[in-house]
Amino acid sequence: MTVITPVTTDTIVSATPFWRLKGFPVIPVSILLFIAFVAVFADLLAPHDPQIGSLARRFKPPFWLEGGSLAYPLGTDHVGRDVLSRLIFGARVSMVVGITAVLVAGSIGTLLGIMSGYLGGWADQVVMRITDTWLALPALTFAIFLAAIVGPSELNIILILGLVYWTRYARVIRGEVLSLKQREFVRLAIVAGCSKSLIMWRHIMPNVINSAIVLATLMLGVVIVTEASLSFLGVGVPPPKPAWGLMMADGKKGLMVGYWWLTVFPGICIMLMVLSANLLGDWLRVKLDPQLRQL
Amino acid sequence: MKQYIARRVGYSMLSLFLLSVTIFLFVRVTGDPVSLLVEPGASPEDIENIRRQLGLDQPLWEQYWHFMASLFAGDLGQSFYYRVPVLELYFQRLPHSLLLAAVAMTLSLLIGIPSGILAAVRVDGFWDSAGKIFSLLGLSLPQFWVGLVLILFFSVYLGWLPSSGSGGVLHLLMPAFTLGWYFAAAHMRLTRSSMLEVLGSEYIKLARLKGLPEALVIGKHALKNALIPVITLAGINLVVMINVAVVVETVFAWPGIGRLLYEGITFRDFPVVQGVVIIGGAMIVMVNLLVDILYALIDPRIRLES
Repeated sequence: MTVITPVTTDTIVSATPFWRLKGFPVIPVSILLFIAFVAVFADLLAPHDPQIGSLARRFKPPFWLEGGSLAYPLGTDHVGRDVLSRLIFGARVSMVVGITAVLVAGSIGTLLGIMSGYLGGWADQVVMRITDTWLALPALTFAIFLAAIVGPSELNIILILGLVYWTRYARVIRGEVLSLKQREFVRLAIVAGCSKSLIMWRHIMPNVINSAIVLATLMLGVVIVTEASLSFLGVGVPPPKPAWGLMMADGKKGLMVGYWWLTVFPGICIMLMVLSANLLGDWLRVKLDPQLRQL
Repeated sequence: MKQYIARRVGYSMLSLFLLSVTIFLFVRVTGDPVSLLVEPGASPEDIENIRRQLGLDQPLWEQYWHFMASLFAGDLGQSFYYRVPVLELYFQRLPHSLLLAAVAMTLSLLIGIPSGILAAVRVDGFWDSAGKIFSLLGLSLPQFWVGLVLILFFSVYLGWLPSSGSGGVLHLLMPAFTLGWYFAAAHMRLTRSSMLEVLGSEYIKLARLKGLPEALVIGKHALKNALIPVITLAGINLVVMINVAVVVETVFAWPGIGRLLYEGITFRDFPVVQGVVIIGGAMIVMVNLLVDILYALIDPRIRLES
């Protein structure tokens, strides 16, 4: 009898820590970790209260300009609130809304995608027709419509973004499940008498989770832009909470008279966060999931 | 062929139906629709009247029937703020949106197609990397941020362009570029991949073997075929552009559909918001159907495959 020794590459692969892998996006990941750190420790890091200002010191420029001071390093806004402190607390809003919304959208989409792909039949028809229809609505317009109905609040924004974006997961995951369904291990599980729910949960789910993670990272950028756009339009996170999009909307009025720091700093924050999430997502896509490369 | 078209039309009708149900249900399930559909500050009798008029005491399917009947009659309700029918407002704003979308599309194709070709001809070269960065920025940067930076630079700092409003050609430049950049990224990516596919085909090899100059092979023989999917996408995107310009139109105070939607939110003018969403969704469903049919007409493989 021949002894079959399983060929494992596990030992070789796991010997290289993931941050040493080729092309690992060091800078984007550092930026995301830094923003996360700032979000967690916002209370300790912020020099001033982000929501209380004093009209006596409104429109102070950043410290390196005439009239600026190190007490308010990035200047103050139209009601005299410290811009830096608002940016720091804004990181918390973006992180919390971004990550939770992606989790909500991801859970709904992955679950329905698996069910739709594996069960087929009318369940598949229903889910896919809804997906097609909802995808026809431009995401931002749909989100505005929902926000106009339920009214803006942080929790509502999370739910709205989850509702708007689950369709993107459902479609990709369903496609993967359709091909997994034909594979040997699923057929063997059926022969072995596993129930449908057990197959979906134990055999299909672990195989689509990689794609779900890749999509989640790519989606994080999209969700943060949408949240910022909603806040910018006045139907996102309600004031006086310091959301980056809201800060830019407030700052817009001062732009023509030269108070550029009110829009430029939050803009840079949004840009860095979204770019980082997209670069990380792109890298993960190539690394984790060869099937998604052509997306 | 007829069967194929019939099925596509069927799917689109189903989509339109689901769209109307979605909008209908969301308005009714979440809280009190009267508070959305009745003007703020209406008297209790008015509210009661409208409640009866909307049939909110009747079963849901009957309410839906009324909702659809008025939709088919072209009645999207009355704007609270402007006091005119929503449809009338929509058609007042539509020309502005069309103009902005047309210019934005032209810009995005002028940027996207040449850079896509350059990237495909020299894969992994300088232009390919530059193009990747350009499209990544286009897809990542929030439009209001691009718009505000443009205003800061061209209106505040240089004073060359007007920061908002409509009127001359100069008013169009910044909003069209802001809107176009996002789409230029998509057009570039598609031009690149479609060009790569065509360049690998037999007839291109033949053209090269014949000794045709490279510029002719790429500029004439390859480009013609590679542009087909790009033009299709551009057609769809033109309709999409009309419906997603809300941020751009708000930043530059451009009086189009997007601005109408924004006014709808700010003035709590719910019929306007609902109308813009319904028409936008229907428009995109229809253009998708049109493209499916056109493709089936052009390419027999598609209609035989199904």
